[in-house]
Amino acid sequence: MEAEANSGSPEDSWAFIQRPGEGCRTVPLAGHVGFDSLPDQLVNQSISQGFCFNILCVGETGLGKSTLMDTLFNTKFEGEPATHTQPGVQLQSNTYDLQESNVGLKLTIVSTVGFGDQINKEDSYRPIVEFIDAQFEAYLQEELKIRRLLHNYHDSRIHACLYFIAPTGHSLKSLDLVTMKKLDSKVNVIPIIAKSDAISKSELTKFKIKITSELVSNGVQIYQFPMDDEAVAEVNGTMNAHLPFAVIGSTEELKIGNKMVKVRQYPWGTVQVENEAHCDFVKLREMLIRVNMEDLREQTHSRHYELYRRCKLEEMGFKDTDPDSKPFSLQETYEAKRNEFLGELQKKEEEMRQMFVQRVKEKEAELKEAEKELHEKFDRLKKLHQDEKKKLEDKKKSLDDEVNAFKQRKTAAELLQSQGSQAGGSQTLKRDKEKKKTREEKSISDGTCTTPGKHPVVPCALVVCAV
Amino acid sequence: MSKGLPETRTDAAMSELVPEPRPKPAVPMKPVSINPNLLGYIGIDTIIEQMRKKTMKTGFDFNIMVVGQSGLGKSTLVNTLFKSQVSRKASSWNREEKIPKTVEIKAIGHVIEEGGVKMKLTVIDTPGFGDQINNENCWEPIEKYINEQYEKFLKEEVNIARKKRIPDTRVHCCLYFISPTGHSLRPLDLEFMKHLSKVVNIIPVIAKADTMTLEEKSEFKQRVRKELEVNGIEFYPQKEFDEDLEDKTENDKIRQESMPFAVVGSDKEYQVNGKRVLGRKTPWGIIEVENLNHCEFALLRDFVIRTHLQDLKEVTHNIHYETYRAKRLNDNGGLPPGEGLLGIVLPPVPATPCPTAE
Repeated sequence: MEAEANSGSPEDSWAFIQRPGEGCRTVPLAGHVGFDSLPDQLVNQSISQGFCFNILCVGETGLGKSTLMDTLFNTKFEGEPATHTQPGVQLQSNTYDLQESNVGLKLTIVSTVGFGDQINKEDSYRPIVEFIDAQFEAYLQEELKIRRLLHNYHDSRIHACLYFIAPTGHSLKSLDLVTMKKLDSKVNVIPIIAKSDAISKSELTKFKIKITSELVSNGVQIYQFPMDDEAVAEVNGTMNAHLPFAVIGSTEELKIGNKMVKVRQYPWGTVQVENEAHCDFVKLREMLIRVNMEDLREQTHSRHYELYRRCKLEEMGFKDTDPDSKPFSLQETYEAKRNEFLGELQKKEEEMRQMFVQRVKEKEAELKEAEKELHEKFDRLKKLHQDEKKKLEDKKKSLDDEVNAFKQRKTAAELLQSQGSQAGGSQTLKRDKEKKKTREEKSISDGTCTTPGKHPVVPCALVVCAV
Repeated sequence: MSKGLPETRTDAAMSELVPEPRPKPAVPMKPVSINPNLLGYIGIDTIIEQMRKKTMKTGFDFNIMVVGQSGLGKSTLVNTLFKSQVSRKASSWNREEKIPKTVEIKAIGHVIEEGGVKMKLTVIDTPGFGDQINNENCWEPIEKYINEQYEKFLKEEVNIARKKRIPDTRVHCCLYFISPTGHSLRPLDLEFMKHLSKVVNIIPVIAKADTMTLEEKSEFKQRVRKELEVNGIEFYPQKEFDEDLEDKTENDKIRQESMPFAVVGSDKEYQVNGKRVLGRKTPWGIIEVENLNHCEFALLRDFVIRTHLQDLKEVTHNIHYETYRAKRLNDNGGLPPGEGLLGIVLPPVPATPCPTAE
């Protein structure tokens, strides 16, 4: 029955809504409404956005990873075969834009380089796990942003991991077991037996059984094709029984009958890649691309990514329910962290401020020193200058005195001269003059002028006066 | 002295609290366009089928809200749209029931199925809108309801262990019923649409269009369009969200010619020319609801259900919801909403949201 609650208070004057599964009434339609075009509308929108698919190929060097990718997608991807001398495991990723009818696919193929080549392989799995985590992290960051563009985001999370098993025919290597165990909770792992034309049919069955039992006994969860949709349940069920697929890859073609088929040619016969009796390549292609691509993407998002997100957020200290089982207190931890962060920032700011103040003080002291020195210098120079000036003034004064004395003597001499000429004794005057001259010169050279009024006339003093 | 100090960043957004991510792989990814000289069929296009099957299994949600004064035929229209009794008519109310004093919000959910596609349709009715003498702020409860749905979705999304499919109760589409006065929009109409066109997709609809002649109809529509434009009201499909030229030309045509749709609703069938059609019987003739010459109901139905239903949901999710989320996280200082153990009380969900910070 319909359920509606009518409450009078304005605060919560809206009825609760029934959720699916809670007894929603199914109403019959009296005619064609037209919303059966909804899946088409949805699909059209997805087509215009384009699809993403990311495959990770893990396997030892030389197991035919690149060739298999070429064969699966019917093209020749660029790339050169790697050497065996890599120092560590690295991942090489390439993105391609494929187009088929009106569907555009952004395909990213990530390949391990140097896997299994080292002498010590303990850490071989680590770069792979880190790479997968990095893609999840990037998506999580985008999701946590305030302004985000999730519907335009180029999804780089790995949707499928093909693990290449070497065709020894015996059992899994320990490296394989360890790596697959580390990867099974992070990505959909699909183990495949590579280069399976090296194993005969009987050996192959035994090999497959051994592998599956080893995986089970070690608790490795490989990707199981989903069986909940009736249309594909049957196909998926049978395929599940054929895991792991034994594949052969090849891009060489040969005309057999009237078709070109992909083959590998040996002296004893030709192996056809797409022949189901020869290998499981067709099954792999069916399962990976034509039937379960969407499911792989969904599992990656809803299972692996959610698990990563949960672990990451819990690691950062967030909880969903507090001890009283009250829902949801992200708030508190965020607040604490935020305060912590702000506190740190403040501390740093204080430190910088202090350092700055100190530097300024030092600089000031230096400058003061310099200033003081300059002042002192200035004072010294000033003093020197004053001393010089005083000396010069003294000299000038003495010179002036001499000039005055000379003038007096000159007038006295002229007076005498006029008296002498009256007496008529110019010669004696001359002689007197000469005597005076010598006397003056003598006194000047002595530096003493004791005779007042009769100062010697120095020729240079005369010159000075004239000037 | 403090000129030389670096400025501290106090706006620590949520993403800054997350510890640094592990270094990305050294090799950058460059999309290389492969020449589609594919040597054979790969099967990539089967992904369409796969996707279709998956969506059919999970089913769809659709929430439609109808707003308008009572007596404009809202429930009838919704019933006609979905060809079933999904909405209970107000006329079946008991006379003794009191007229609601404020706007109430009633949401009723039904599951309808067609062609293998299951849809959970929720019709949100707003009795009491515009019915009082003083209708000030009567859009507030509606706005509050819409924001509450966004809030619910946000809370669920921010959870650590969250559900595989978050129940979507957000309002995808709001049909606003305009009274067919023939003159122009009422102030209440303008106020409501101005406030709500920013939070939800509004599709204005002229109700009871059988009271207008063809000329009156086209004049009225032109006037309404002009008024909406003058007031800066962006109804769905919004111009700014047109993605490519194709969308633009298609939507322009709808925006400039057909909208607002002048509709007539009915759930009674009559015999016309040997066919049974939905219509209204009057002394001067039978108005056929699905006849394009009589009214534009068929256009509305095709627009909302057959071509733009998914787009309505997308715009709600990618644009309106994201705007709400960004604003909410910003207001909260970069934190997700929730109640704190330390008694930190968050500001309640605002009934009248502040203008978007842009």
